[in-house]
Order: sequence, then structure tokens, then C-alpha cells
Amino acid sequence: MKVMVAVKRVVDYAVKVRIKADKSGVETSNTKMSMNPFCEIAVEEALRIKEAGRASEVVVVSMGGEQCVETIRTGLAMGADRGLHVITQDSSSLFPLAVAKLLQALVSSEQPRLLLLGKQAIDDDCNQTGQMVAGLLGWPQATFASKVSISDDKESVCVEREVDGGIETIQLQLPAVVTADLRLNTPRYATLPNIMKAKKKSIQRVTPEELNVVIGSDLEVLEVTEPPKRKAGVMVASVDELLDKLKNEARVF
Amino acid sequence: MNKRCTLLTRLSIRARSTGDEENSSSTTLDTSRYTFFFHEFSLSFQNLIARVSPGKKWLENCRAYSVPASSKVVRDERFATLDDQDIKHFSGIVGSKGLVVDKDELEVANTDWMRKFKGSAQLLLRPQSSNQVAEILKYSSSRRIAVVPQGGNTGLVGGSVPVFDEVIVNLGAMNSIISFDEVSGILICEAGCILETLDKFLADKGFMFPLDLGAKGSCQIGGNVSTNAGGLRLIRYGSLHGNILGLEVVLSDGTILDMLSSLRKDNTGYDLKQLFIAGAEGTLGVVTKVAVLTPQKLPSVNVGFLACTDYTSCQKMLLEARKHLGEVLSAFEFIDSFALDMVLKHSGDRHPLPDAKEKFYLLIETTGSNQSHDKEKLDNFVETVLTQGLVVDGTIAQDNTQISNFWHIREAWFLQLPPLGKAGAVYKYDLSIPIKDLYNLVEILRERLATVVAYGHLGDGNLHLNISAPDYDEKASFFFQLLAKIEPFVYEWTAAHKGSVSAEHGLGFMKAHAIHYSRSPETVELMRKMKAMLDPNGILNPYKVIA
Repeated sequence: MKVMVAVKRVVDYAVKVRIKADKSGVETSNTKMSMNPFCEIAVEEALRIKEAGRASEVVVVSMGGEQCVETIRTGLAMGADRGLHVITQDSSSLFPLAVAKLLQALVSSEQPRLLLLGKQAIDDDCNQTGQMVAGLLGWPQATFASKVSISDDKESVCVEREVDGGIETIQLQLPAVVTADLRLNTPRYATLPNIMKAKKKSIQRVTPEELNVVIGSDLEVLEVTEPPKRKAGVMVASVDELLDKLKNEARVF
Repeated sequence: MNKRCTLLTRLSIRARSTGDEENSSSTTLDTSRYTFFFHEFSLSFQNLIARVSPGKKWLENCRAYSVPASSKVVRDERFATLDDQDIKHFSGIVGSKGLVVDKDELEVANTDWMRKFKGSAQLLLRPQSSNQVAEILKYSSSRRIAVVPQGGNTGLVGGSVPVFDEVIVNLGAMNSIISFDEVSGILICEAGCILETLDKFLADKGFMFPLDLGAKGSCQIGGNVSTNAGGLRLIRYGSLHGNILGLEVVLSDGTILDMLSSLRKDNTGYDLKQLFIAGAEGTLGVVTKVAVLTPQKLPSVNVGFLACTDYTSCQKMLLEARKHLGEVLSAFEFIDSFALDMVLKHSGDRHPLPDAKEKFYLLIETTGSNQSHDKEKLDNFVETVLTQGLVVDGTIAQDNTQISNFWHIREAWFLQLPPLGKAGAVYKYDLSIPIKDLYNLVEILRERLATVVAYGHLGDGNLHLNISAPDYDEKASFFFQLLAKIEPFVYEWTAAHKGSVSAEHGLGFMKAHAIHYSRSPETVELMRKMKAMLDPNGILNPYKVIA
């Protein structure tokens, strides 16, 4: 069984981001970029499925400019078998629907039985791609997975999802789309032997035209601004003053 | 060891004769940890001999160590004791918010980071300007009141806390950044600025502080300067001697010495500021302002955590790293498997290489301006050392979170383990040894003793040795025997290999008697003369550095 994992190159989780002077977006030049943490968790899950003997191949997919190759290499260094790179002009024009359409095209040519993604990207927090691609493919979907178990006959997958009310357990017929949440697993470190092997693994390049997908978007980013700064706390001298402030300024009651 | 012997002698004698508790103005170890000692030692003298080092007379034991100890442990009676007049005068200088007599605050300021040394200062002063510091010192000099300059109190050799009732002058209130030149990268700030704060301030401007160490969240730049802290990136940015362009220092008589130039090159006369960086440790003057040359903050950082089978491979790795990584190498640290296991047990970090069972681990960092260029260098380096068999396994951090995880493992030794409810008592040694001999000391000690762990700045030839005694439930004799096996052997071995008994931690109180292991008598004599010249009344940080 083939497992496909879609990964995204984003600003590193630990970096303090800054807004560009023209407010068109976040400053990405000269900032550290790495694989989206949820995508990392998805890759780890795919590798665990392979190590458990339920999958034969793990393919890592990413879309964007030349630098995406680094992110795919990270996936390969963790243990994936091969990579797929969809080259586009630049990464900023790829909104979830475009990505979903590209994934749909790739899935029809690669024919994986399981498509794993991170639940959302930390740069846009959209939380849409997994759901959209499942809709386009007509595949069942399990989002916010905190546990994934493929059945012995590899015909279905049992997923525990983190929902507002608690944990929901559902069973899906394969092929299916699963998006990974934080507590699914802890991704492994890429060890040196694997990093060396990753250099020799193949990364296939395709263009959107070859996949017959038109990249366009109905969305336009107007402006990106910082949230208002947290105001400093106020020291109060007595309980009466506290009550007064709660009532009149904070309007708690 | 020395102080313990003498202290216990006095305790037992007192216990025998009057049953009093120990005099509060004498040096105490952290008594809460050793209360069981004192219980036991309220027994008779004879019992003591029987318990301690059976087969060897206790007095003989003590005599071997206590001669220098007694001179170090007794309070110098030439120093005045504080009276109300003094407190009133100080209050006039620093104001009511600069004067601290609160018992709890004093308790904290009197105890060092390792909780090994505890003074009994009755007064803490927090001056807000260099002028206030000058007035404090002028008055203290005239009244012969002993003074301890204190910064973040993160020193590891007891240099930042009083030995007896010296007045603590804490520079924490002098924490403003005076100026920063964005073209030259020269930062001028007061001595009480916390290192991490300075680094964050510089990061916003695209620069970084050339010094980085585990204590950065608490240590203050004045203390770093006085101790010449080495830190994790000495291999790349050099020591503070090269990075500090100017200092403002207050001398013991209250003179403010303005050497705060911010010139890269200035060869006019003797470079006196070097005297106050390193070695001085607050005994020659109080640093109040610092001018530092800061390097650019380069965006591309890569960290590798590598496993080697033996120490020879580690040395070869250093060579290869210098060859292949060259100018982008910014840190080369090592940690042995015992140290790593202990860290992982107590800090909750994940083992970066769970399958590796090697004895040595290296943390190598590169910092550069071009990510792809550095990655290529790192890849070439890794491939070379893998083919040569110098490393058996390893991992390269794929994102910033992994980078900070790896660093946390190396820094946990300072951050997590010191308070050491976690691993018992720890004897820490910080030695500079020629790289080729460095690990031999560890192996020799391991044959003699129980838990010896080693880690350090391999790139600088700096070994941090930690020997832990398991439990405070052990009988007292265990401690004497343990310490007797370590000191003075460690110092003698280091001296024999032409190393230094204190690479970066300084001498402080703990190693004040050990200076002769690394410096010739003539050198030490000249140091005494300089101290006498700059501090004739000897009020600055007495009992430390040169015993």
C-alpha cells in the first residue's frame, strides 16, 4: 500500500515573525524556514505505518518554488522513500483550494491508499486543504487525528479524532484522507545515515500544467497587521478599587 | 574540604563544651543540607574520630588541609562591623528603595547558585548609578567595611556571595542600555544588564552578544566581565578580552575610572581595563559600565548532535570541523555518555540518538549568512567524517525547535541540575587542559571514584568535571574520603599537564587557595602587590581569588 504525505515549507515555528513594511505579508526573506510541525507529525505517522508493515512506500509531496526541495529532503531524511515536487512560480500564490486541486491530480496518478496531511499550516492556519481534497476526491476524511490504526486487511483505518467534546473514534474505508493533530506522535530526529541516504533518493518534478490544474485564487490578501499589543497590568490599591475597575472598565458585571 | 574540617572541629569542640549553636558570623555551609552532620557531631570528639576515616587519625586528616583553611575561614577582625550610623549613611546614598535589610531577600542574596556557599551579610545595597557606587565604596573604604560586588549571583565558585558579614553591593538596579551604534555594533550599557536582555535587544537590531552561556537568563554583564566568562561561543567570537572596548570602573576609594572608550583600536598607554576583565572577580574594582563590540546576528544556524566511540575520534572531529566548517563553526561542545544519561534522567529531554550507545557526544554548531552555503559545508563535513568512521551516528537539527532541544541538553547542567535535590552533592571542576590529555583525567578519576561525568567546551580545551556523591544519607566519612580522593589530585594533575585549575569559572572562594597550581609564585606576588595598590584597605571582595 502506498502512503502519500503532503508537506509545506513555512516560517520556522520558533521564529519571531515580523510584518513587511508594506503590510503585504510576513517577512520571509532571511528568516529560518522549515517543515510545518503538523506536516512533520504526518510524515512520522506515515513512517510508523510503513514500519508496522502496513505500507510499502511513503511518498512526500510539496508545492512551491525551488526551496521546497529542502523540505522534501527533510521528509526523505526522516525515512520517506521518494519525493514529488510541484513547481510553481512562488509559494505565496498557493491557497488551499489550489493545493487541493493539485493533490487531487497527483493522487489520481500516484494512486495512494492513504493521504496524510498536517491539520493546518502555521503560517496561514487555514485548516482547509485536507477537507477540500477529500471532497474533491470523494474520499472519506478524518481530521485532527490523535491516533491512527490501519486494519490488518488494509481495507479500513480506525482514527481517534480530537474534537471539542472529547475524542471521537471513527472507522473509514480506505482510500481515505487523514490530517494529523499535535498529539498523534513525536516526530523522530533525522539521523545521519538517513540524511546521507536521502541525498540519493529521487525527487520527481512536475508542473501544474502537466497536471492540468489552473492555479488561480478567488482570495486576495489586502493587508497584514500585527495584533494590538497587550496592555500592561494595573496595580490596584484595595478590593474596592478592584471591584470598581471590574465593573466600570472591564465590564465584567 | 578544608573549611569543612575546621568548621567541624570548632563545632564539635563547642558542642562538647557549651552546646551552643555555631556563631552566626562564621562561614557556614548550607546548613539545611548538612543538619544531619551537626546532629551526629554533637556527640563526643572521640566518636568523631571513630566515625571519620577509620584507620586514620582525624586530626592528621585535618592538619593536611586545615592550615590554609583556618586562615581563609576566620573573619578578618580589621573589618568594621556595621552599625546604625553606617546604615544611615548608606541609606542617604542609595535611598530607602536601595537599602535591603529584609531577612528573606538577604537569604537569597547570601546564597550562591550551587547552594554550596552561604554568607551572613546583614545589608544589601542596590545603587542606581555609578556615583552612588563611588560614594558607597568611598565610605566603606574609610570605615573599613568589607564589600562584595554582586551581579546575577550565578557564579560557581562562591565569588559572588559574602563569606562573613560583608555588605553586598548588588548592581541589578543599574540596568539601562546607554547607547547602541547600529553601524559599528558598539553597545554601551550599565553593568547590571542581564545578558539575555542585552541579546534580545541586539537581536531586534540584527546583532548579537558575543557571549552566550547557560546562565544568560540571570547573569549580569558586569559579573561576566569581572570573571571573563567564556561560554559556548568562545571558539567563534573569542573571549571578552577582545570584545570589550571600554569599561567604567569604580575603585575601592571611590574614584570613578572612566575607560569607556568605544574605539576599536586605542594604543594610548597601558590597557588597564584588561586588568578588570578576568581574574579580578570584583577584587580590584567594581565594573559599572561596559562598552562591547557586538557581531552581526547571522541567520543561518545549524546544529548537529553526533556520537563518537572514543575520545581520539572527538579530537579528530575537532580538526575536521575546523578544516571543513572553517569560518562558520560557532560551537564545539562535548558531553560524555554518563553526563548525557544524567541530564536526560532529570531534565525530561528526549535522547537525540536513542539507538546510539556510544561514549561521547558532540554538539557542533555553525552560524553563517547563507543557509545553502552552510548546509553544503555541513553536508560535506558529515559525509567526510562518516566515511572516515569518526562518527558512528548523529542527527542534524531540522528546525529551530530541534536546535533548542539539543542546546537544552548541553545547558541543562547549569540550569537544571545545580539545585541538585536531583543528583545529590556535586563537586564541580572547571579545567583547561591540552586537548589531547583532556579525557585522561576523567578516566583516571573514574577508576578512583563513583560517578564522574564530563562535558565541556572541547573546542577550547575546557573540561567541566562533575563528581557526584549520591545521597546525603551517607555517613560523613564518605564525604571526607571522596573529597580527599579528588583534591588536591585534580589540581596536581592539571598543574602537571600545564593546564589551568580554573578555565572560565574563576577562583572565587572555592579555589582561592589553588592559584599556585597554575601561576608561578612571582606572578602571584605581583598580583598581591597590585591588589594592595588598588585596594589598600582590602575591602573589595575579601577572602577571594588570592587567599
